[in-house]
Amino acid sequence: MTTIALVGNPNSGKTTLFNKLTGSSQRVGNWPGVTVEKKTGKLKKHEDVHIVDLPGIYSLTPYSPEEVVTRDFLSEETPDMVINIVDASNLERNLYLTTQIMEMGVPVTIALNMMDIAKNRGIDIDAGKLGKELGCKVVPTCALKNEGIDEVVKAALDSVGERPSHLRFSDETEKCISEIEKHIEARNNVSTRWYAIKLIESDSLAQTVFENKIEEIAPYIQNLEKTLNDSGEAIIADERYNAIAKIVGAAKTDKGECKTTLTDKIDKYLTNKWLGLPIFAGILFVVYFFTVGNPEDAQWYNFGAYLTGMLNDFIGGPVYEGAVEWLTIANVDPVLIGLICDGIISGVGAVLGFVPQILILFLFLSILEDCGYMARVCFVMDRIFRRFNLSGKSFIPLLVGTGCSIPGIMATRTIENDCDRKLTAMTTSFIPCSAKLPIISAFAAYIFGGSPLIAVFSYFLGIFCVLLSGIILKKWRTFAGEPSVFIMELPPYHAPKVWNVIKTTLDRGWAFVKKAGTLILLATVVIWLLSNFNWSLQFTEDINDSMLASIGNAICSIFVPLGFGDDWRFTVATITGLVAKEAVIDAFALLFEDGNFAGFITSAAALAFITFNLICAPCFAAIGAMKRELGAKGAGFAVLYQCLLAYALGSIVYTIASVAYGDPINAANIIVTAISAIILVYVLAVKDPFKIIHRGIPAEPEVI
Amino acid sequence: MRTIKDMQNGDTATVVRVHGTGAVRKRVLDMGLTKGAPIVLVKRAPLGDPIEIKVRNYSLSLRNKEAEIVEVE
Repeated sequence: MTTIALVGNPNSGKTTLFNKLTGSSQRVGNWPGVTVEKKTGKLKKHEDVHIVDLPGIYSLTPYSPEEVVTRDFLSEETPDMVINIVDASNLERNLYLTTQIMEMGVPVTIALNMMDIAKNRGIDIDAGKLGKELGCKVVPTCALKNEGIDEVVKAALDSVGERPSHLRFSDETEKCISEIEKHIEARNNVSTRWYAIKLIESDSLAQTVFENKIEEIAPYIQNLEKTLNDSGEAIIADERYNAIAKIVGAAKTDKGECKTTLTDKIDKYLTNKWLGLPIFAGILFVVYFFTVGNPEDAQWYNFGAYLTGMLNDFIGGPVYEGAVEWLTIANVDPVLIGLICDGIISGVGAVLGFVPQILILFLFLSILEDCGYMARVCFVMDRIFRRFNLSGKSFIPLLVGTGCSIPGIMATRTIENDCDRKLTAMTTSFIPCSAKLPIISAFAAYIFGGSPLIAVFSYFLGIFCVLLSGIILKKWRTFAGEPSVFIMELPPYHAPKVWNVIKTTLDRGWAFVKKAGTLILLATVVIWLLSNFNWSLQFTEDINDSMLASIGNAICSIFVPLGFGDDWRFTVATITGLVAKEAVIDAFALLFEDGNFAGFITSAAALAFITFNLICAPCFAAIGAMKRELGAKGAGFAVLYQCLLAYALGSIVYTIASVAYGDPINAANIIVTAISAIILVYVLAVKDPFKIIHRGIPAEPEVI
Repeated sequence: MRTIKDMQNGDTATVVRVHGTGAVRKRVLDMGLTKGAPIVLVKRAPLGDPIEIKVRNYSLSLRNKEAEIVEVE
């Protein structure tokens, strides 16, 4: 069994190469860090060769979780070979990573990718000469056009077991390195040279490994720093880039043509001082204009909602009626017909109907991701987000979160700063995901006469909660870490790769369909059984005698302050939302005739219901994603925080809306609203509002 | 001390030294802002921050706060 690891900078075409090598369908994007976890596949035509796709990184510093994943894999699992994808149009910075991997002692084969782009810019690279200077095989490739793939594989498999060479630094540095090497021993097949260099850089992980040697070697490092008048990390970075510049100088001829690239020309407008923000707003408007809307009366140009409306009519009409007719002819028990038609077909159908809308939203998002615009969004939005203690990079998880919170939460890994990352992961689900759209659309249609303002309210509410939480949570000690950093590459634009975009869209859409076929199907059956049988397990026509009614009645008073606690069905719908947010609508379809709940809830309570359901704990799948990113304790904290915030805001919305509509307000609502408002104002106004809670809790150790 | 933050749109300069400490400094160095590297300040974001620069043939964006630690001449 041979293991080959794929390593490279973000945007070097690594995932495209992985797809070509394994034939698998992997998500590829054009903003830093699409591969957030390592992924494995088998090499085509070589059953015994494993390919591991590692996250795109710039250096082996333990700076972001992605870099730690890659570094741990290289040092602990020691792959037999690393195929390092190098972007030929960005040679120096790419080789900065290459030379670090070679130092570790792992054999490296370079796939010199994007030669065509380099050529267009008038850069010519002699692959043979480059390989000779570096001391490893260099194969020119064009992963997109399938060129050079077989050659890279052959070169890599041929060189398994070879010891790579390494850069030579200045005499002073080399002397210091060899002195340190005498004091340490190799670990996990990683060379002493690599550790010696990392120790000079004061690398925290290397320092932990050789904790008891630090004092012995400190004098050598101090001596070097004094001689070269700089700190260790700067000395190594300088030396590395200098050595690389020499190698590149020998292998590269830059004709210097075409200094203004197409990307520069496009960015002249897209990140323009005056046009940048309006263009971004315009793009968002176009995306959601074509996607979101009321399926009941959508026009053809409102693709998403229009197709969803058509599919809903189809499922609710011919499919439903056909099934009833067919089952009746087949003489099936009426209770079973009820389960299949009113339960499963109506319930799952209500959810499946939204597939077109979701596919179109994901199609737009993957085009934006693939072409390179997302990085510009971060650039344009950073200043605004920083005011609320978030980074411009938080915007990508939030934007992806409009499709589905799960990839959104996973995308937070690309945020290097620990606090920003946790904050974003906790708040991503506030943004209405595509599964919440059905709730919004249904309320807009049944209660608010199809008003588009409900969708606007929902998105603003989501953004408001994200920003509010940025301020509130930053005061919580766990998030009050060092100020965040924003150092990000703006990758060149390229035309979206049709296959990548389609693949991403279908993968995400399929995940949604799969959920409808499993979790939601199960929830539907459970709700149907509970709502059609009483406690003596007898079929009952009157839903108010059902088990579900008594369960709902037992707990619905919790929601009295939010105005929808009088009718147990809304409480039940809220709880089923934990399975999947679409299931709220699914529950309505089962609990109300034709799913129409108009007349059972006031407009003010409807707004409170929307508020609570959008902000409270997300579905189980998203809670699972939060658990992966934040740990069990962090995810528990997040869910508790989200539910409390949802309850407080729900109550406040109910009070305000009731006053606006001139409805009477109940006493419980006034009390909850008053308490919520006082707490919110206190937390926002006071510098350290959680002092009492923090006392006694030791500050958590900073996780890198 | 002149830093990237003091540069105007379209200015070119050479990195003299990266100040600051810890992870931020290491990151700035890793991205290629080392002694002697030529840079061009392309533009500032619509709200004045962050900044886009060209270094080693690619576009890098960083905030004023990070730009401040990179001394140039």
